[in-house]
Formats: sequence, structure tokens, C-alpha cells
Amino acid sequence: MSSRANNRREGAVQSTTSFSDRYKSWLQHHRLSAADSLSRVIDNPLSSLMTWLVVGIALALPVGLSVALDNAREVSSRLDSTARLSLFMADKTTAGDAAAYADALAERDDIADVVFLSRDDALTEFSQLSGFSDVLDSLDDNPLPHVILVEPASTDADDIAVLQAQVQADAQVAQAVLDMAWLQRLNRLMELSRRLVQALGALLLLGVVLILGNTIRLAIENRRDEIVITKLIGASNGFVRRPFLYTGLWFGVGGGVIAALLVAIALWFVDGPVQALASSYGSDFQLGGLGLMNSLNLVFFGGLLGLAGAWLAVSRHLGDIEPR
Amino acid sequence: MIEFERVSKRYAEGHDALREVSVTIEKDDMVFLTGHSGAGKSTLMRLIMLMERPTRGRVSVDGVDLSRVGRARIPAHRRNIGVVFQNHQLLFDRPVFDNVALPLLIAGYDHREVGRRVRASLDKVGLLSKERAMPITLSGGEQQRVGIARAVVGRPKILLADEPTGNLDPALSAEIMALFEAFNQVGVTVLIASHDLALISRLHHRILTLREGQLVGGEGH
Repeated sequence: MSSRANNRREGAVQSTTSFSDRYKSWLQHHRLSAADSLSRVIDNPLSSLMTWLVVGIALALPVGLSVALDNAREVSSRLDSTARLSLFMADKTTAGDAAAYADALAERDDIADVVFLSRDDALTEFSQLSGFSDVLDSLDDNPLPHVILVEPASTDADDIAVLQAQVQADAQVAQAVLDMAWLQRLNRLMELSRRLVQALGALLLLGVVLILGNTIRLAIENRRDEIVITKLIGASNGFVRRPFLYTGLWFGVGGGVIAALLVAIALWFVDGPVQALASSYGSDFQLGGLGLMNSLNLVFFGGLLGLAGAWLAVSRHLGDIEPR
Repeated sequence: MIEFERVSKRYAEGHDALREVSVTIEKDDMVFLTGHSGAGKSTLMRLIMLMERPTRGRVSVDGVDLSRVGRARIPAHRRNIGVVFQNHQLLFDRPVFDNVALPLLIAGYDHREVGRRVRASLDKVGLLSKERAMPITLSGGEQQRVGIARAVVGRPKILLADEPTGNLDPALSAEIMALFEAFNQVGVTVLIASHDLALISRLHHRILTLREGQLVGGEGH
């Protein structure tokens, strides 16, 4: 009995390594796994590139669309978003009456600004801007009414509606039109687009995780014999798992890099036409890109997705592989 | 060192692989396990490795009742046992050195210590010059010696071998057995499953014989 107890103590000494040694060897195995996984990924450049491209495209789509939306929002925020009433004068109103009416409106407290546009001025401006000057010249008389542009003092929709009803009631005014509706529609359209991009993004992220999970599952299958042998020799699940998690990480990081590149290339590709379009509107608008920080975030995020996919595969399939 | 107390193993399909086997293998002993294929040799080995659990009875290794070793502690249990397989089970995508180093890597040795121990182990099996060779370029006997080097590199107290000479000619088989004897000399408990009766009866070690799951010779102690 005493000899057996003695043996056991020897055994304990033999198989126990100190905590700092274990920590060092744990780090060492992480380094080895990371390097080994990376070299395996690089040793199969073609299939790895395919995986990177799939992940990269799946990430680039939602990211690219949301960059486009950010730019669209930037454009729309530059648009004058104050509500404006356009008052179209009745046909029989003379320019003098209309101007007097405009002056009267300017006196009101609930109106911030008034611009009077006579029918002649309107025609001149329209023929310049529309390019229909030949057609307009051929007309016998001016079909346009006098217009008064009114900027309400209040931005509240109800106050504006009240003002609209009041001026509509005046005899000189044929029609009072609120010019803000199109802007509201634009904003709603952009909100809808944002939601769609988010939904698309969520689906594609799920797709990325599943694709990487499947890639890692194949890697596990390919190394089944090796896993069985290392488990027989006494490898823990963590030891067996580590290289596959790193493989997932490398696929994800590579995919993130590709995605960042694709977005940058797409922006570079459309930058020329966008600049030309902006300058035709007299705007100095600059297309916004991802920037360095967001590109790095994208790479980091790709790595996280890769880890998630690998974890999914490893937790589902590694436990099944036991020495038989 | 290894103790079986009335151990039975019935597989799910109803086949009785072991019936009421009781045997004790002492520390520093070298024991052969023989019998026809299907007699239960492999099952007995697998119970020691915790690749299987007994249906009834108790298996103890180095004073530890294996029924108390939970799933999470199986790897640590296996690290205390060196195993040699009939078909070598080498990893063919890496050189000899890396194959032999694997148990040390798993156990978490410092890389300088790994190099020292791997070379000592390869030296013992006479393959020091082949450390950079790929296993596929080695002969069957050499591959088996690499397997043995890997089994002993972690200095286990127990060495199990399942038909280690299965595919080797008599001269190579005798060489391999001499290697096991050398490890036994320095205090390793050795259990070898083999059906090569001619070879093992020349070696004058205890022989356990299994027939249809029961011990019919060499039991007790």
C-alpha cells in the first residue's frame, strides 16, 4: 500500500508542470497553431482565394450599399429642407396686385420670408433652365401665373397647414402648394433603403458564417485521421480545436481585407462620374469612403465572423471524432 | 500497475468482448497478451486507454479507478500511457521529428526540451539520422520504430503495443521486441498484444491468453 502511494506521488510529480510553464506552452501552441493554419491557408492559394472572395463579396455588398446610402444622406442633408409654400396667383391678378399682396404677406408674423416671381420673370427663368426656349417663344402668350414663394416662420407641420389654408382662402390665390412633400418622400425612401440594406446585410452575414463553417467542416474531415491520432496520444479538445479556429480567423480576416478593397475600388470606379454630376449641379460634393479606421474595423469584423463560423463547425463536428 | 477486477464488456450489438476478466500487471512487468483475433485483446487495450468503458467490473491504472476519470480528464490519463499501433498511425504530412515531438507538444514542453527529448528518443530506436525524413520514405520497420519513439518520448510509465510486429518479418520483429525489452529494463511497464506465439514464447515473459473474451492462461497474480 505504501509503495503504491509512493508511486502515485512520483507519478504526480512526473506529469505535473508548473503553472507558468503551462501558460508558456499554451502561448507556444497558440503561436504554432496560428502559423501552421496560416501556412495551410497559403499553401492552397486557389481554394483559399475563392473562400476569401466569397467572404469578401458577401461583406462588401452591404458595406458598399451602406456607404452609398451615407453619401445619399449627405447629399439630401445639403438640400434646403425648410418647408416652402408656392402660391400660384389667379389668372386675372395683375403684376401690381400680386406684388402688393406679397408685400402684405411679408408683414405677417407667421411668415419668415417672401419672394415674388412675376409671370414674365418665371418665363425667362424657365426657358433658360429647361432648354425649351424655342417652344416657349412660339407661344402667343405667357401660360405661367405669377408665383409667390412663402417661407413660413414655424417649422411645425400643423402651423404650416393652417397658414396654407388661410392663404388658399384669399381670392388672389389660385392654389397654395406645399413643396416639402417630395423631401419627406425622399427621406422615407432612404429609410426604407437603409432597412433593406440592414436586412440584406444580416442575411449575408449569416451566409458568411455558414460558408466558413462549412469550409472548416471540410478541413476537419480532411484531417480526421490526424485528429484521432492526436486524441489517442492525449490531446485535449482545446488542443485539437485551436488550429481550426485559427483557420477560420484567417479566412475571415482575408475576406475582410478583400471586402475593404472591393469597396475602395468601387468608390474609385464611380468617383469620376459622381464628381462630374456634382459639378453640373454646381456642388462641391465629395464622395465619402470607408476611411482607414472603418476598413480596419471591417477586417476585424471579418475575423470575428470567421471565428464564429469555425466555432460553429468545431463544436458540431469535432466532438463526433473520437478514437474508435 | 494495471488491474482488472471481474471486467466484462458487452458491445451494443450484444457481442461479449470480455467476460469476467481479472488480472493484475505489476509495475515494471513486461506482459504479452495473445489469442485469436476477436478474442478480446483490442478491447482490453481500449479499456486501459479509456476508448471504451467496461459494462461491469473495475479497471485501475496506476492506482486510479478509471470509472472516476471523467471525459475532461481522459486526455491527461492518455498522456501517461505510451501507445504503439500496428499500422504505426504516423502523420504523413510532417517529418519524423514532428511526429515524435507531438506528445511533448500536447503535454506542453518547452521547445528546447522537446528537441533534446525527441533526439534522445530517436537515438534509442536508432533513427537519429532520419529526423528530417518524411515517414513515407521510411521502410515498415523504420516507421514502426518512429511509432515507438513517439510512444516513449513522454517517458510514460506504461507502454501499450497492439500487434506492433504485425507487418514485419521475423528479424525485424525480434529487433522491435528487443527495443520493448530495453524500455522495460529502465522501469516501463509494458503490455504487448501479439498473436506471434513463436516469437513471444522465446522471450520468457508472462503471457496472458484470451479465448472468446475469457482469460485462459497467465491470469491471477
